[in-house]
Amino acid sequence: MRFSGLRILKEGLTGNRGWTPHWRDPAPKSEYDIVIIGGGGHGLSTAYYLAAEHGLTNVAVLEKGYIGGGNVGRNTTIVRANYFLPGNSEFYSHSLKLWEGLEEELNYNVMHSQRGLINLFHSDGQRDAFARRGNAMINQGDDAVLLDREGVRKYLPYLDFDNVRFPVYGGLLHPRGGTARHDAVAWGYARGADSRGVDLIQNCEVTGIDIENGVVKGVQTTRGAIRAKKVAMVVAGRSGQVAAMAGMRIPVESHVLQAFVTEGLKPCIDHVVSFGMGHFYISQSDKGGLVFGGDLDMYASYAQRGNLPLVEHVMEAGMTLMPMIGKAKVLRSWGGIMDMTPDGSPIIDKTHVEGLYLDCGWNYGGFKAVPASGNCFAHLIATDRHHAAAEKFRLDRFRSGVGLMDEEGTGAQHNLH
Amino acid sequence: MRITCPICGERDRREFYYKGAAVALERPDPEAGDGVWNDYLHLRENPAGVTRELWYHETGCSAWLVVTRNTVSHEILDAVLASEARA
Repeated sequence: MRFSGLRILKEGLTGNRGWTPHWRDPAPKSEYDIVIIGGGGHGLSTAYYLAAEHGLTNVAVLEKGYIGGGNVGRNTTIVRANYFLPGNSEFYSHSLKLWEGLEEELNYNVMHSQRGLINLFHSDGQRDAFARRGNAMINQGDDAVLLDREGVRKYLPYLDFDNVRFPVYGGLLHPRGGTARHDAVAWGYARGADSRGVDLIQNCEVTGIDIENGVVKGVQTTRGAIRAKKVAMVVAGRSGQVAAMAGMRIPVESHVLQAFVTEGLKPCIDHVVSFGMGHFYISQSDKGGLVFGGDLDMYASYAQRGNLPLVEHVMEAGMTLMPMIGKAKVLRSWGGIMDMTPDGSPIIDKTHVEGLYLDCGWNYGGFKAVPASGNCFAHLIATDRHHAAAEKFRLDRFRSGVGLMDEEGTGAQHNLH
Repeated sequence: MRITCPICGERDRREFYYKGAAVALERPDPEAGDGVWNDYLHLRENPAGVTRELWYHETGCSAWLVVTRNTVSHEILDAVLASEARA
């Protein structure tokens, strides 16, 4: 089923009776060439690129819940390529290019909106740091514009520019940054993978990984045993538990990150804006809700909900930056479980088990990485060679100390990134 | 989330700084090799359930605590002084 304007017109005139489900609901077969554990954004995009770019379609995606029910449906939808360090820089640049062609590629409206992202700064030192970051982004081939105070005022007239503690000195504008509809990204990749023959198996939790003589043989699940030549683990916050099934301890600690959305308002915030005093960022969804968040709660958690001190902190930061949002009513808050690594950068690599692959450590930046993570992970699984854009995301960098990508320079502590 | 400090009593979570898994107390020999040090610095059990962690009573008595906590329910089960937990 192809989507087009003509199709929408025809369905609209005939009672919308012609739409069919976007993917099948198959029972698991007893054997696949490749089993992907985790039907989130990264698992689905991995399956899609295995089929679309490598012709590998004897593939199953095992999801313990339902498609789109994990972090891909719980994030703040921001898409950007404003990283600084080699390794991250080329990877997110690759991802942004995939985003820009995604709707054509998938024939699916993911509502990718390149509305521009502005990171504010509030001191001379911060200005220097952002100027340097902007140069790194331009060197990578992406876009960055250093705005002074009056430049920011043209875009964001509603900020409290004269705040005593955090006056706005300027901002780094990333014009190609923006947002996308998170659910639609999951659905689009799911539909694309399914239509090429990949089995998306929901309500199927992996309970064990079968390994014989150092070679992976398959998985045990709540829907029976499934043999596989290759097994890929892409389970974000649950990476520690799944890796433990393969006898691995991995450099991940799971933390909770909260997010918030207000009632729908008329358009007032046209960009993605982040506050340089701390981790407050905000955008406005197409439905009108202000979507915003802050920092981690800063302790290990699987609760998918946070504590009130961080709620208070985020609200304070928002009110400090843009007092106009004070009357908006918060409709919902929620928490997602983040797979935090010691350097704050991800892992896409083989493991010590032959045929077992690992994609994790997305910290709180996994959404924008969905296309490139799947693209590069599929390349690794299909060819056993690292994709050029992700070749620095090695598991052994922590052991050797070579190639760590600590963007914030905060050191080997999981919650400080 | 409130933590009962053995010295100060029950206090708000905001008074405490979280360090991470209590494995940090088990510092290996400097010559133990990169495998042992990688394990100590980076690799984590990361349990969904009960875990032992190091918390610092930053704005209270400045004691380091070993807190036993459930990462699924956020329930605090125990908090003892790190100096005593090590012995």
